[in-house]
Amino acid sequence: MHRLKGKPFTATAGGASHRRATRIALAAAAASALVLSASACGGGGSDDNGKDKKTSSPTASASGSAAGGGENLQLPDLHGQKLEVAAVWTGPEQKNFQKVLDEFDKRTGAKSTFVPTGDSQSTFLGTKIQGGAPPDVAFLAQNGVLHQFADKGWIKPLGPAAQAELQKNFSKGWQDLGAWKGKQYGIYAKVSNKSMIWYNTAAFSNAGATEPKTWDDFLKTAETVFDSGTAPVSIGGADGWTLTDWFENIYLSQAGPEKYDQLAAHKIKWTDPSVKDALTTLGQLFSKTDLIAGGTKGALGTDFPKSVTQTFTGNPPAAAMVYEADFVSAFISANTKAKVGTDAKEFAFPAVGSGKAPVVSGGDVAVALKDTPAAQALLTFIASTDAAKIWAQGGGYLSPNKSLDFAAYPDDVQRSIAQSLIGAGDDFRFDMSDQAPAAFGGTKGEGEWKDLQDFLAKPSDVAGAQAKLEADAAKAYGG
Amino acid sequence: MAPASVADATAGAGGGGSAAVPSPPGSGRPRPRRGITATRPWVAALFLLPALILLGALVAYPIIYTVKRSLYDADGSGFVGLKNFGTVFSDHGILTAVRNNVIWVVVAPAVATALGLVFAVLTERVRWGTAFKLVVFMPMAISMLAAGIIFRLVYEQDPSQGVANAVVVAVHDTFTDNAAYPGARPRPNSDLKPTAGGSFTSASAAASGTAADLPLVGIPANKVPKGAADAKPAAPEPGKVTGTVWLDFRPGGTGKPGVIDPGEKALSGVKVQAVKDGKVVASAKSGKDGTYSLPAKAVGAQLRLPGSNFSGKYEGINWLGPTLVTPSIIVSYVWMWAGFAMVLIAAGLAGVPRELMEQARVDGANEWQVFRRITVPLLAPVLVVVTVTLMINVLKIFDLVYIIAPGNTQQDANVLALQLYLSSFGGGDDQGVGSAIGVILLLLVLPVMVFNIRRLRKEGRR
Repeated sequence: MHRLKGKPFTATAGGASHRRATRIALAAAAASALVLSASACGGGGSDDNGKDKKTSSPTASASGSAAGGGENLQLPDLHGQKLEVAAVWTGPEQKNFQKVLDEFDKRTGAKSTFVPTGDSQSTFLGTKIQGGAPPDVAFLAQNGVLHQFADKGWIKPLGPAAQAELQKNFSKGWQDLGAWKGKQYGIYAKVSNKSMIWYNTAAFSNAGATEPKTWDDFLKTAETVFDSGTAPVSIGGADGWTLTDWFENIYLSQAGPEKYDQLAAHKIKWTDPSVKDALTTLGQLFSKTDLIAGGTKGALGTDFPKSVTQTFTGNPPAAAMVYEADFVSAFISANTKAKVGTDAKEFAFPAVGSGKAPVVSGGDVAVALKDTPAAQALLTFIASTDAAKIWAQGGGYLSPNKSLDFAAYPDDVQRSIAQSLIGAGDDFRFDMSDQAPAAFGGTKGEGEWKDLQDFLAKPSDVAGAQAKLEADAAKAYGG
Repeated sequence: MAPASVADATAGAGGGGSAAVPSPPGSGRPRPRRGITATRPWVAALFLLPALILLGALVAYPIIYTVKRSLYDADGSGFVGLKNFGTVFSDHGILTAVRNNVIWVVVAPAVATALGLVFAVLTERVRWGTAFKLVVFMPMAISMLAAGIIFRLVYEQDPSQGVANAVVVAVHDTFTDNAAYPGARPRPNSDLKPTAGGSFTSASAAASGTAADLPLVGIPANKVPKGAADAKPAAPEPGKVTGTVWLDFRPGGTGKPGVIDPGEKALSGVKVQAVKDGKVVASAKSGKDGTYSLPAKAVGAQLRLPGSNFSGKYEGINWLGPTLVTPSIIVSYVWMWAGFAMVLIAAGLAGVPRELMEQARVDGANEWQVFRRITVPLLAPVLVVVTVTLMINVLKIFDLVYIIAPGNTQQDANVLALQLYLSSFGGGDDQGVGSAIGVILLLLVLPVMVFNIRRLRKEGRR
């Protein structure tokens, strides 16, 4: 006990100089943040950012922190400090993020550990917080949880250094998503482009199919692929969230962004005619069991990982196309022999009706659960281009960081996804189910997940699905 | 009476206990007998104290807190009275959980005990009984979680992964003919239109002289029989209806729809029927080169490809579908706990006096009568213990259901303990309702517990 207690004590005593360095660094960063926001008010645009970089770098180097290490990013010395980071990632996603943490540890001397939260994230964190032992930094997978936690005072606003990095590197749309009631809480450091369909190039060339641009073309392509003897579409129906993503893309394209925002806030009901149209459109695919790998029962028994692997293994594969976000590429690389870019390619989610092709995105927002220098330093690092670069090199990662050089992405596929995301500017829409209360949009076997699974099982019953969705939504949104 | 005196003793123990204990060695030596009787309640209290503190902190306090918590709202700040219990009994999902719990409590212990009894009685007479017992008992060594994962895989829909469906499909396929080309069909906009029973019927009437070709698509390259010949146009035969059945697809989509392009494969063994006014007048099977020929009767008839050509592969039983999910999970539970029942019953069986059985046999009773009239009645106390233990165990079943039931049927498989978890932590985030369910579970377990304790006491008195 004594030794344990003594250690941190000597560390702080000996680390007085580090402390000072931290403070100087923070002050410098805060100053540059002021310059930044002033210039942003003046006119904004990437040109100004470029200038800021030039002006801020001399100040930063003048403050001369020993721990800084790379480029113009200032991080405090955190020797002897322990840091816990929680996020939903497992497998390759976790390994990839570990590299970022390792770099952070190297630069600051902190000792950070990663804790996977499992699927029920708000519960995991909620019990930890109420138990008085929250992790220092958490990545929240759902936007609604950010609001919920902010209202309860469980998460702390970003410090000046982190805010400076955020404003330097992120567009307004992404900044606003991490803010709540006028305060900036989070950084959307890892995002996904959920509007793409991946396909097996061998299956496509065998069938003589081409990348479709519209929903009607997509269905025709599916028929063409069926003719070749390969099941066209793989649906991971055992995981309800893949179905909500299908719906959101169709809805955003068909009903438009305004309706999308209204439905996301539950300002219009799920019994709205626009929902009926979207479900009917989705039913055009779901009701043709020929077009679904394994038929309806097979789809309901297929979880997301299997829906990807079965599309890219075997000859002929079990399916030719699979819908999901950009992170599919990491899964393909890790779990199949297929090569992204040659064996596996993607096309943008087709436009439905007269609408534009949708860009639905999701993401994990980094927030501090403890207001410590270490937590703030990690957030600063996460918002930086340095971190994004390390993260991007591992693949399966997409950053909304506009300062990140596209060259950092490991392959052309990932690069083009990133380009389309950054190119969409602020026209993207955030995943609707992730904005909803967890009981509706984020719980296995309940709410939207379950209702859309029932719809997949019985696509003819559009009205019934709508009624169930509305009933569950009303309950979860609280009337 | 007894609990009250213990409580009194506990109240006093805190002050006097420490002083009373060291005194006997010093002063009590001359009159040991009186010393012991005098300090007895203190000593008893002292020895009880650790257990009481532990029980109080780990059992009594949580129960009281849960009861209190069940009367408050989701935040735990506002008193809502019995509203949470109202929610429990009006929520459709929770009612399903109650119904499933009843099924569990009735079926699972009964089946597990019955199987255990059968195993115990039979293994007594087998030479390799011990080995058999070991195997049956083995699942007990596996955690519920692992057992859940095992059975999740056993019940997998895909016969190549789930062993249950592998067996079902293998048996099914042995007794029924498989379709030649499951899942195949004509192009949607061709002359052949889908008709009843998964068959396809041509819109136009067949004529002799011109070949009535029947193009099919949707057959994977590796499902076309090896060595299938290239399709050939059928030679017209006078007075007969002829044509070709072939796979109207060339890699790369280079073939023309409805035309026999070079390199397109013939489909042999496809049944072709000629139908007039709903009656089959003639039928034929396509040959090696895909051609078929129907007699003169077929002229003017519609051509039909019956559904038996394409009927989808038998997919097996949907074990984890809405209707079967609870029975399936109960089976996995029985797999785990039948061994437990067997071991306890076998132990009871060892204590049954053999003479009675011998006597019955001498009197001319057959084995069934011995089992029914002698063994079971003598084993009744053990059977009751096993059943009641399993009942208590089953009331709190959670892990198996949580792991085995997939997302879309989780609600169909719901049980109270799972609903407790879901309501309080898994998305519901309402620990008020969760606590209410906890209280209800407690009330359900209580009568069984009381019964068990009473029975134990009776046993002790005997």
